[in-house]
Amino acid sequence: MSPPASNDLSAGGGGTLAVPPLTGGPRIGGGRTARRGLSGRFVVGPTLTGGFVVLFLSVVVLIPLAVLVYKSTGSGWAGFWHQVHSPFAWSALKLTVVMSLLVALINLVMGTAIAWLLVRDRMPGRQFLDTIIDLPFALPTIVAGVTLILLFGPTSPIGINLAYARSGVLLALLFVSLPFVVRTVQPVLLELDRDMEEAAASLGASQFTIFRRIILPTIAPAMAAGTTLAFARALSEFGSTVLISGNLPGKTQVAAVFIYGKIQEDSVTGAAAVSTVLLAVSLVVLVLLNVIQLWVARRD
Amino acid sequence: MTRNRTSAPRWGLRVVVLAYLMFLLVLPVVVILYRTFQHGLSPVFDALTTSDAQHAYKITAIVAVSAVVLNTVFGVAAAILLVRHRFPGRRILDAVIDLPIAVSPVVVGLALTLVYGRNTAVGSWFGRHGINIIFSLPGMVIATSFVALPLVVRAVGPVLEEIGEEQEQAAATLGASAFQRFTRITLPSIRGALAYGVVLSLARSLGEFGAVAVVSGRLLGKTETVPLYVLDLYNNFNQTGAYAASTSLVLVAVAALVASRFLRPRGAMT
Repeated sequence: MSPPASNDLSAGGGGTLAVPPLTGGPRIGGGRTARRGLSGRFVVGPTLTGGFVVLFLSVVVLIPLAVLVYKSTGSGWAGFWHQVHSPFAWSALKLTVVMSLLVALINLVMGTAIAWLLVRDRMPGRQFLDTIIDLPFALPTIVAGVTLILLFGPTSPIGINLAYARSGVLLALLFVSLPFVVRTVQPVLLELDRDMEEAAASLGASQFTIFRRIILPTIAPAMAAGTTLAFARALSEFGSTVLISGNLPGKTQVAAVFIYGKIQEDSVTGAAAVSTVLLAVSLVVLVLLNVIQLWVARRD
Repeated sequence: MTRNRTSAPRWGLRVVVLAYLMFLLVLPVVVILYRTFQHGLSPVFDALTTSDAQHAYKITAIVAVSAVVLNTVFGVAAAILLVRHRFPGRRILDAVIDLPIAVSPVVVGLALTLVYGRNTAVGSWFGRHGINIIFSLPGMVIATSFVALPLVVRAVGPVLEEIGEEQEQAAATLGASAFQRFTRITLPSIRGALAYGVVLSLARSLGEFGAVAVVSGRLLGKTETVPLYVLDLYNNFNQTGAYAASTSLVLVAVAALVASRFLRPRGAMT
């Protein structure tokens, strides 16, 4: 039996909050499917809309980020490096990157497993799981922090205390990044044609061979994209780590919390320098994501 | 082919995934609900009706609704621009819209402070005209707009693409103005996706913490939103209050989840 009515609600289909659509055309506008707009005839409308869009983006996003980068190098590159290399800044950045890589890796495995379970395993309670997967997107990060410290803090009812430890930070980051891989892999798994798998099975391929040779190559781009998003999210996370990490400089303090501390101390250059590093890594991640999307678009 | 036989690896997968979700998603929510209502309803009610709490809810509502309105207008405009028009720099615009996903909320807050803070050129100009941006509502609205920026665009875009523009063109040939085409044809056809995007934005805006923490200055009873208030209560060992406020936000999040599940445009997003 082929998967029944894959577009009904029970089948889920992800693509929620902040997960760019991966299948069915790369991005908005697609490129090749460009239609001729009405733009030729109505010059005022698009110009006005375009002006508004660019103005809004500039005021809210672009000018602030540009000023931030400018300020971070205000005292020259030497000053910038001095700030970034100061012991606590450096250890915060290192911790953030290492933790984010770890989070990305765990998400790659667990996210794919969850997506698999949601799509392929007709298990009771599947719809419920499918709904709650998005909870980390909907839940305010500080509330996530409070709930996690209640369960895994000093008063833990299950006797696990991860507060003020790096494992606590890891836990918080795993929570907030949970949906990314699930929601990028799930729709691709849903669309996957079962015929090939059945053909392979009839030719004597083992389950493992089928997964490795047929399923994995198809879902690999989605896995890569989801993992990249999870990594980006972990890099930038603030709210959920504030409580459980205890913000011990040099030990459990992540980059975002370090920056916040510097802002509170009115040490703008230090904050701006570390912010710029974080921003640069984020940009690299975004570019990577676009490359993955192009890769997907090519293969279609 | 449905396999009725449930194999050992499948059970293994089930156990691992369910345990992971249990500890990471379900139990934390169960525990906070338990701790909140452990002594009955009245302490919760009392904690949520203090004047500070009421004020935090009011500020949150004002900031979130303003940001959502701005982002909705921006989102629809940007989606139309990206889908319906070809212009130089379109790809860059498309990429820039995703930028907020990757920028840390704290970095957002800092960046805004550096431009609109009281000691900056822009900030002091506004200050002379009696408008404070940072440590005040306008800055909080801008910060919230920043973090929720892509949501409406990305919800509406694919649907706009899917419906095409034959109807709009037909209306244009019949003499409908651009405004009429938008309100009578475009808007009704993107209604569902727009509602979906608005719900997502609202959830994100209500819960924004890092960016707002920086630009608001966290002035109790002045610029404190509910998420900031939660931290404040927690730090002041007012656990009943912190849990009650947290639970109220959990309930909002769950409502948003359920709503988005029904509003999710089928096949459009994926």
